[in-house]
Amino acid sequence: MSAVVDKAGPMLEALDERLTLANYVKRNLRKVFPDHWTFMLGEVALYSFIILLLSGIYLSLFFKPSMTEVVYNGSYAPLKGLSMSEAYASTLDISFDIRGGLLLRQIHHWAAMLFVASMSIHVMRVFFTGAFRKPREINWSIGVGLLTMGFVEGFAGYSLPDDLLSGTGLRIAEGIMLSVPVVGTYIQFFVFGGEFPGDIFISRLYGVHILLLPGIILLLITAHLMIVWYQKHTQYPGKGRTNDNVVGYPVLPVYAAKAGGFFFVVFGITVLMAGFVTINPIWAYGPYTPDQITAGSQPDWYMGWLEGALRIMPNWETTAWGHTISWNVFIPGGLVMGLVLTAMAIYPMIEAKVTRGYKDQDHDLLDRPRNAPVRTGLGVMSLTFYILLWIGGGNDIIAKFFDLSINQITWTLRFAIFIVPPLAFVATKRACLGLQRKDRDKLLHGRETGTIIRLPDGEFTEVHAPLSEEEKAVILSKTDHIPLEAPAETDANGVALSKRKLKAARRTAHLSRWFYDDNIPKPTPEELAAAEAHILHGYEEGHLVTEHRDSLEPEGGVLHDPNAEPAEPSK
Amino acid sequence: MSDTDNAIAGETGSSTQVVKPPFVANPDLPPHGARRTDVDPKAAKRAEHQVATCFGLSALATVAFCICYVQIPIDAYLPIPFFGAWSASNLALGLTFGLAAFFIGVGAIQWAKKLMFGGEVTQMRHPLASPPEAREEALEQFWAGADESGFAQRKIVRRSLLMAMSLFPIPLIVILRDLGPLPSDSLYTTLWRPGMRVVLDPTEAPVRPSDIPVGGIVSGMPSVLPAVQEEQGTLNARAKDVVILVRLAPEDIKSQQGGTSSQPWDYQGIMCFSKICTHVGCPIALYEQRTHHLLCPCHQSTFDLADSANVVFGPAARRLPQLPITVDAEGFIVAQTAFDQPVGPSFWERA
Ligand code: HEM
Ligand code: FES
Repeated sequence: MSAVVDKAGPMLEALDERLTLANYVKRNLRKVFPDHWTFMLGEVALYSFIILLLSGIYLSLFFKPSMTEVVYNGSYAPLKGLSMSEAYASTLDISFDIRGGLLLRQIHHWAAMLFVASMSIHVMRVFFTGAFRKPREINWSIGVGLLTMGFVEGFAGYSLPDDLLSGTGLRIAEGIMLSVPVVGTYIQFFVFGGEFPGDIFISRLYGVHILLLPGIILLLITAHLMIVWYQKHTQYPGKGRTNDNVVGYPVLPVYAAKAGGFFFVVFGITVLMAGFVTINPIWAYGPYTPDQITAGSQPDWYMGWLEGALRIMPNWETTAWGHTISWNVFIPGGLVMGLVLTAMAIYPMIEAKVTRGYKDQDHDLLDRPRNAPVRTGLGVMSLTFYILLWIGGGNDIIAKFFDLSINQITWTLRFAIFIVPPLAFVATKRACLGLQRKDRDKLLHGRETGTIIRLPDGEFTEVHAPLSEEEKAVILSKTDHIPLEAPAETDANGVALSKRKLKAARRTAHLSRWFYDDNIPKPTPEELAAAEAHILHGYEEGHLVTEHRDSLEPEGGVLHDPNAEPAEPSK
Repeated sequence: MSDTDNAIAGETGSSTQVVKPPFVANPDLPPHGARRTDVDPKAAKRAEHQVATCFGLSALATVAFCICYVQIPIDAYLPIPFFGAWSASNLALGLTFGLAAFFIGVGAIQWAKKLMFGGEVTQMRHPLASPPEAREEALEQFWAGADESGFAQRKIVRRSLLMAMSLFPIPLIVILRDLGPLPSDSLYTTLWRPGMRVVLDPTEAPVRPSDIPVGGIVSGMPSVLPAVQEEQGTLNARAKDVVILVRLAPEDIKSQQGGTSSQPWDYQGIMCFSKICTHVGCPIALYEQRTHHLLCPCHQSTFDLADSANVVFGPAARRLPQLPITVDAEGFIVAQTAFDQPVGPSFWERA
């Protein structure tokens, strides 16, 4: 026993006498966390936030958030003697005159990229597996909040150094503020303390970037994690994994060691990136001045979709009764992001409403994406939308690279943004149903072994093997949803429903059918038992299960034709 | 979404059952297969050494970091083929510090994977909802408290409190008033006045028509701008007043935004336009001489300078405002008048 472990006992005792700790420790120290690589995405987000806090505190020791013009006299020769803001000059100092400063700047920026990236993929994982369902809706909303804050905080961060690129970004932000109907001009004047760029914006942004938003993000992350801890993690279906248990590793020691180790791995990789790969070389852009610009300027990747929206929007503007509305700026700059995030925030409510029995159950076992074809389709549709906008944001780069004209790309995208996402929905939904059909086939016919043998009558067939228990458990985890039905005109007590309620309920039922009507049901227990006996028989005899109907007719079993329309789900 | 709606749609169906009964009991976890390190003491010893080596390497890297920090001058650069000069200090510090962290991580994960007890365990979930009695008790407590407060009965107190509370945030908004001045007419005005010289950016030299060849384009600003900028201590004037001077062969000019034949807005084919994009305000920079198109690098709005700077492509809705020019007594290019409209992005108050 090492001294550290020996001391733990007396220490716990002392603490317990003051804080009643034992009960808490007893309940939590060996809490079980399921393990899967997709569960690390949220962890990466958390770790990169911690890295951001640490590196950010370091940067704030040297950064001067001031727009006062100074003459640069540091050691970066090409900019010597130029007049620039103190913010930019101090960022140059961090990069060239403070040992390790450049490293920390680059750690901070790489961690910011990683923070938003891992959050985005984490959100996708949660969506496609249905992890947002009851009881985890609160955490879904918190997550949407975190993602929003991440965008804004990142934008605020790379606007601070006041270089030519970030200043251009702020100029665009100013234009977007101006485009807000009615109050836009006032928003702009209040935010910038007058006309653009003014002399106070960077110091205002600084407070927002290092105090306000990190504070909010920290609060949200804390709540998020406490809720995860309390509700216990979801898990993927599998042998021994049900809706009522958690299978995984205890926090002490395995999970703690793995997660703690993983923090250092993420930290290490971020630092190595910062050492080897330049990011945001502000010295190459020069100080901000509103009359200059670098061609091909690009924002950080997570702003790319908004940039794309701004680029592909047609130039609509309305002027009437002495006022102007810039649809060409307000829709892509303000509405698109707002609508997308709102849609994300309310999606769980929609699914809750159209799903029978949603409220009566906790959903702790994750869905396989194929088993929720409409949800998966909607997810892929949104991603397609996002990616198309993102492509729009790089239209000049793409044009250059593939030698296309920007006009062609832009016009193609203007149509594609309405046509391609719905197609993606349909294709995804079909693919999901195809996979469901395949799952059903596997249960009824066994797994294809790849071994082809020849029957006495000369026919070739493939040997099918029984599924492993693991495979069976995974496939059988599927829920066969039954759509809600439109209500009768009177309720159970014979009281007529109001017209409005009736209409609403019918609409809900309609939506529910849209969600769940297409479904390839799991086989019935009888079907399954019969099929299994048959598969096993065929497999063991060295004999085979053929795709032939006549050989598949089991005693008392149901004939299953893989190409037939699915039977009505049994109710 | 109200509960009743949901219930209506849900319960009038033929059945409230959703999920098929789990007709095949989910079997137990597979038995935990022994790892090599569980059965072979030699393998365990090897793993132990591996882990310790990782931690040792981390310690070494930390020491190396300190040495590099002190020893490597900050202005030393390594010429790396194809990548240019790299800061030696940044490279060394990143490498050592990164490895110091990375090896702790790898060591810990190896330890967990190879040496700690390796089996998955099962824990039951507990229902999140409290038992009904607890809920009832909680509600009772709440009602008791609410009752004692008299919130429900004392209408006047309740309403006046609500009024006070709803007014209370107002100061928090009012106090933001001095964040900035009101816009007044500042978005409509620029420094341009009749007779003001156009000077070059950045040399600040006045321009003669002969300085600009046909097909040429230069950036300019009002001659007072540097002084104003100095005095204001901001870049505000620069963000609004910068212009471009472009010279076309007079026969190539299809139209201009104003002027008469006796007093055209151009001067011998030299025209002056605002440099601030009417989309969201980037400075416009890319000129294609052959087509007379001016392209904004931000979102590719394209303006046809030969045709009143009208928008021919992209998201900008308005043409670039034209500044009428002529020459003064000394032969330098000057503004005839101020801009006849606001420059830069559109805004609500703009007619
Ligand atoms: C989620 C959290 C955060 C994100 C996404 C983020 C993002 C960024 C980004 C992208 C930059 C530009 C870096 C560059 O290339 O120069 C930046 C700069 C900066 N950040 Fe953060 N940051 C976060 C949190 C913080 C915190 C907590 C602090 C301080 C306590 C901080 C302090 C700073 C400072 C002082 C700068 C300017 C220095 C410079 O640019 O060199 N940041 N931030
Ligand atoms: S700012 Fe010029 S196109 Fe957007």
